Amino acid sequence: MEATSIEAVKKSVRTYILVFVALMVLTVVTVAVSSLHLSVGAAITVALIIATFKATLVAGYFMHLLSERKLIYSTLILTGIFFLVLMFLPISHMLDGLG
Amino acid sequence: MEIPYTSSARADTGLYNAKLGVWLFLASEVMLFGALFSSYVLLRVGAASWPHGYDLLNIPLATVNTVVLITSSVTMVMSWASLMMKNFSRFRMYMGATILLAFVFLVIKYIEYTGKFSHDIFPSTNTFYAIYFTITGLHGLHVIGGIIVNAYFWSRGSRMWKTDPQRFTNRIEIAGLYWHFVDLVWIFLFPVLYLL
Repeated sequence: MEATSIEAVKKSVRTYILVFVALMVLTVVTVAVSSLHLSVGAAITVALIIATFKATLVAGYFMHLLSERKLIYSTLILTGIFFLVLMFLPISHMLDGLG
Repeated sequence: MEIPYTSSARADTGLYNAKLGVWLFLASEVMLFGALFSSYVLLRVGAASWPHGYDLLNIPLATVNTVVLITSSVTMVMSWASLMMKNFSRFRMYMGATILLAFVFLVIKYIEYTGKFSHDIFPSTNTFYAIYFTITGLHGLHVIGGIIVNAYFWSRGSRMWKTDPQRFTNRIEIAGLYWHFVDLVWIFLFPVLYLL
């Protein structure tokens, strides 16, 4: 839904406030989970899942990505592919070490 | 010569030009921070031992900063929504709050940094602090950049509201895209550097 009319924007404002509350709750959850001092693997997994969820909320609602044009999605998909390559570099280095 | 498609969308892209421009800029920013995150992972997996961020860094201050930055993202989007609802004075209030919160973030960061420096901890101390100061320093520079742009739109730049309200609203939308990106980077930095 593109927020163009005043009514639509008013509706979006309610959504922004809900997203804000969700982000605050998730921040508290992130800190609470870290105080449990889980094993490194579990801690990384949980922290990254929560952070990704928070990032999705920010990008989806505040950056209006849920209702964006195709060209922006294409740009971001391409960026995502290159980002994954960057993240794969240290992993490939790790695998090298194992071999 | 008039710059084309500042207010209305181009037929082929469906976007006003500046929006596509800012998204392309943000794509390059993803790669910039991505390279540093990748370096962080490489350094961490390659180290014989790696400290827990929560043993070395100030979690309460960083948590407050997370809350501050998320709140500033909300005030930023509310400043755009205010313009969409043709309420300029509310825009000024929300944009002012965004700038103020950004300063609060920097002050807290300053307290964190000087706390480390006073204990003779610098980027050269060890690899953990080297990557910590590099990534948070670069993020801090982005916050300063956001303050400069937002302060312009809050003050002198807001004159455009009278001459070309649609273009001004678009400017606030894309300044918001940048600001939310800065928030988004912090959402990952906070757990990765401080909590793991």
